[in-house]
Amino acid sequence: MVKKLPRKDVVIVGLGWTGAILAHELTDAGLDVVAIERGPWRDTATDFNVAYAPDELRYAIRKDLFLQPAQEAMTMRNNISQTALPMRDYGSFLPGTGVGGAGTHWNGHTWRFFPSDFVLKTHLTERYGAGRIADLTVQDWGVTYDELENSFDRFEYLAGISGKAGNLNGKIEAGGNPFEGPRSREYPLPPMQMTYAPTLFAEAARSIGLHPFPTPSANLSKAYVNPLGIAMGQCTFCGFCERFGCANYSKSSAHTTILPVLMRKSNFEARTECEVLKVDLAPDGKTAKGVTYVDVTGELCEQPADIVLLNAYGLHNVRLMLLSKIGTPYDPATGTGTVGRNYAYQTNASTQVFFEGKNFNPFIAAGALGQTVDDYNGDAFDHAALDFVGGAGINCIPTNGRPIAYRPTPPGTPRWGSAWKKAAKENYGNTLTFSSQGSSYAARGNYLDLDPTYKDRFGRPLLRMTFDFPDNDIRMSNWVSDRMQQIATALGGKQAVVGRTRKGWNSVPYQSTHNTGGAIMGTDPNTSAVNRHLQSWDVPNVFVVGASAFPQNAGKNPTGPVGALAFWAADAIRNHYLKNPGKLVQA
Amino acid sequence: MKKAALLAGVVAAALVSASGFASDLFDRINAGRYKAVLADCAACHTKPGGRPFAGGAPLDTPFGKLIPSNITPDRETGIGNWSYADFRGALKEGVGKGGKRLYPAMPYPAYSAMTEADIADLWAYFQKIEPVDNRVVSNQLPFPFSIRTVMIGWNLLNFSPSEFKPDPAKSAEWNRGAYLLNGPAHCGTCHTPKSLLGADKTDQFLRGGNLQSWVAPDITNDAHKGIGGWAAEDIVAYLKTGANRFDIASGPMAEVVANSTQYWTDADLNAVATYLKDIKGAGSAPPRPLDAGDPLMLAGKAVFIDRCSACHVSSGEGTPFLFPKLAKAPVVNGDDPTSLIRVVLEGSQAGTTKARPTTPAMPSFAWNLGDAEVASVLSYVRNSWGNAAPAVTPAQVKDMRTKLAR
Repeated sequence: MVKKLPRKDVVIVGLGWTGAILAHELTDAGLDVVAIERGPWRDTATDFNVAYAPDELRYAIRKDLFLQPAQEAMTMRNNISQTALPMRDYGSFLPGTGVGGAGTHWNGHTWRFFPSDFVLKTHLTERYGAGRIADLTVQDWGVTYDELENSFDRFEYLAGISGKAGNLNGKIEAGGNPFEGPRSREYPLPPMQMTYAPTLFAEAARSIGLHPFPTPSANLSKAYVNPLGIAMGQCTFCGFCERFGCANYSKSSAHTTILPVLMRKSNFEARTECEVLKVDLAPDGKTAKGVTYVDVTGELCEQPADIVLLNAYGLHNVRLMLLSKIGTPYDPATGTGTVGRNYAYQTNASTQVFFEGKNFNPFIAAGALGQTVDDYNGDAFDHAALDFVGGAGINCIPTNGRPIAYRPTPPGTPRWGSAWKKAAKENYGNTLTFSSQGSSYAARGNYLDLDPTYKDRFGRPLLRMTFDFPDNDIRMSNWVSDRMQQIATALGGKQAVVGRTRKGWNSVPYQSTHNTGGAIMGTDPNTSAVNRHLQSWDVPNVFVVGASAFPQNAGKNPTGPVGALAFWAADAIRNHYLKNPGKLVQA
Repeated sequence: MKKAALLAGVVAAALVSASGFASDLFDRINAGRYKAVLADCAACHTKPGGRPFAGGAPLDTPFGKLIPSNITPDRETGIGNWSYADFRGALKEGVGKGGKRLYPAMPYPAYSAMTEADIADLWAYFQKIEPVDNRVVSNQLPFPFSIRTVMIGWNLLNFSPSEFKPDPAKSAEWNRGAYLLNGPAHCGTCHTPKSLLGADKTDQFLRGGNLQSWVAPDITNDAHKGIGGWAAEDIVAYLKTGANRFDIASGPMAEVVANSTQYWTDADLNAVATYLKDIKGAGSAPPRPLDAGDPLMLAGKAVFIDRCSACHVSSGEGTPFLFPKLAKAPVVNGDDPTSLIRVVLEGSQAGTTKARPTTPAMPSFAWNLGDAEVASVLSYVRNSWGNAAPAVTPAQVKDMRTKLAR
């Protein structure tokens, strides 16, 4: 027996960053909006209580804020010759859940991708020839950096990002990132005050001709009141960002930038602990009628709506499309189909430099407090003589210097006992870590689909992830590791350990929660699931917003572009779709 | 039923207009709506989440519980069968229909200052709101307070009805502010200390009151205990938006801002600010602060650094519109630490207005700070950064815990 609910103008699946931005924009346009969130309601003072928010065991080790596999698991394999198996615990990446989503427990690195990233296939083909990317399935986004500039700007001002512009209206600014695309104005807040390790890193990088700059940060350098009138505080450098909610209203999230205003609106409603099972389609499969969900009491409900927005975590957007039969599933054997296509990740490696006689105080930190070098990112450097495309940002952002998990020791140190204790004590304040965060370019064999065997507690097939690092990305990452070695040498120190990425992605150790693609945007309905406005090619009253839309991933954190895409999609709906509902792009 | 009530209303309005102070009905209703906002009738007579003016949540008075009545024009359970004289009598004299004596939790001692025109406007408005059938048994007081006629004696001792008289020596703005504050807005009902009988101590006008386990702080121009450090525009910002550069409304004052002052005209807000800036405080010299080396201060500082400084900042400066400033704050320097103890134990969430929507919250520390720790940290806050006030004792904290547990 399904409970049929009164119609809404818009139903939003997932109340994180993008769900909150779209809900705010569309309620401002006068629409009646309901957001359905499968996780719990969360509130700063109650759930990120300053008295126990920095509980490493609860939040970082036991992962209190994250999606648990009992609610939804996934199956994993490296290639189609293997049988995918479900994970017992999330490891390599940690999807969020609850109001605020992954935007609750993030670090706060807030980037714009390079202009060339948005036209990647065209750009690389023109510069290096089609042969260079023959093994990859990289695509253009269908939207350019210039078109997105205003959306980036709105997200950055909403969130009070701290940083220094490197390119103001085409003019290169000292102290910022000289490789970034032009900004229309400065960041809303100045960069954070630097701690010792990033300061040293920047000096070393500069000494070998690189261009370090302060990482753009959603940990606020100063108190701020955003354009919605919501006040935020100055970051206290407590060092509990990644895997934690912020107790001080000083890390941007839906909670700290939108929800106080959104929740006051009479034309908005949030339903938490309600899990959407599928988008309901009309019999012809071309129109969404609403969604079916299990409500907080376990009752099955139908929520009719004129517009359905998928704003879940990118991977879950893709699974909902597959479960709802929106679009054609991607088939790696033929390279046809769109949903599940171009799943990409991040190609990372880490470097530790061990010193003597330093005191880096690694507990004085914030999730995005540090310095970045972009000289080897994207296509900021000439790849003509190289055997790969793409690149990596090199980041010195010391954080998470916490008692349980942060015990750096040099190679050869015993794993336990008094010698380990001695080394742990000596190296805690004497270790400088920096890392490369590399691009992940789409390849034909990397994709998402529904698992043929394993099901969730509602009997729905789990998402199956087939992924390994493409050879191109391994070559890229190892070349950047050589560059990290040069920086480590310039830093001095008694020993440097430079990490190198290898083939064979392992789903167990934590690597990055930057899963992209699967419902990618583009200009051709044969190779993209959504058009340049994030509208489904197949079911035009469905919009799918998130990192699921990235055709491939850059060497940068995805939240900045995700926030920009939310504003971009909101503009398309407000300015075009509402006036003339239907396909915004004719294929 | 509804139609009958509406007709009754029209007849009553006609009677009023026949008696001479009539104007256009819409203007009268609209004026009454604004005066109901000035008088904050909803604060007591509307239950949170309930139908407008159909009866409120219980009020805890030192004498027992009172439940604010249904003032919708329902004939059976509201004021639908009241005459204008009944209504006027309730506001001006504390005597309702049939000679029923009201308790001064209904602030008729303040409302008696209201002009006849304002009361007529309120009457026009309350006759036209939706009648709601909701029976309220207001009087929950124990004997002997339950006998309403005891109020005859109380009124004799404590109350002489008198309409507001402007002071010709003061500006029109000052007089408007004085009228609003003493009449409809009834600020002294909370902010003026009360005698054992529950009457205003008029010689301590607006120097801070204690009710329902909250302190309504001193809002005189006293530089130490009052809001002498606030400019008129700070007062206006506070009342209009719920926050200014020093403080954020929370507790019962957040409700006053949400239901009433945020809707006031700028002219009325400015008038009240002008008047408040002219209210003299006790003027007594601040006490000598506790010595920074006092063991209580050292213990309190340690708790403050660990538990409080992340938001309120080690200098007690706070963050505008987010974390209240503790340095030189009236509620911190007041003699009575009730609100401070309560907020630490219970936590508190700021109110919300369109202009200041953040609603930041402080969590409860009841579970991880003992009575002695709460006492020491509050003593530290009350004696640092220019603050000076009597130390808080563990017994006071224990007492508040008991009250909050009820």
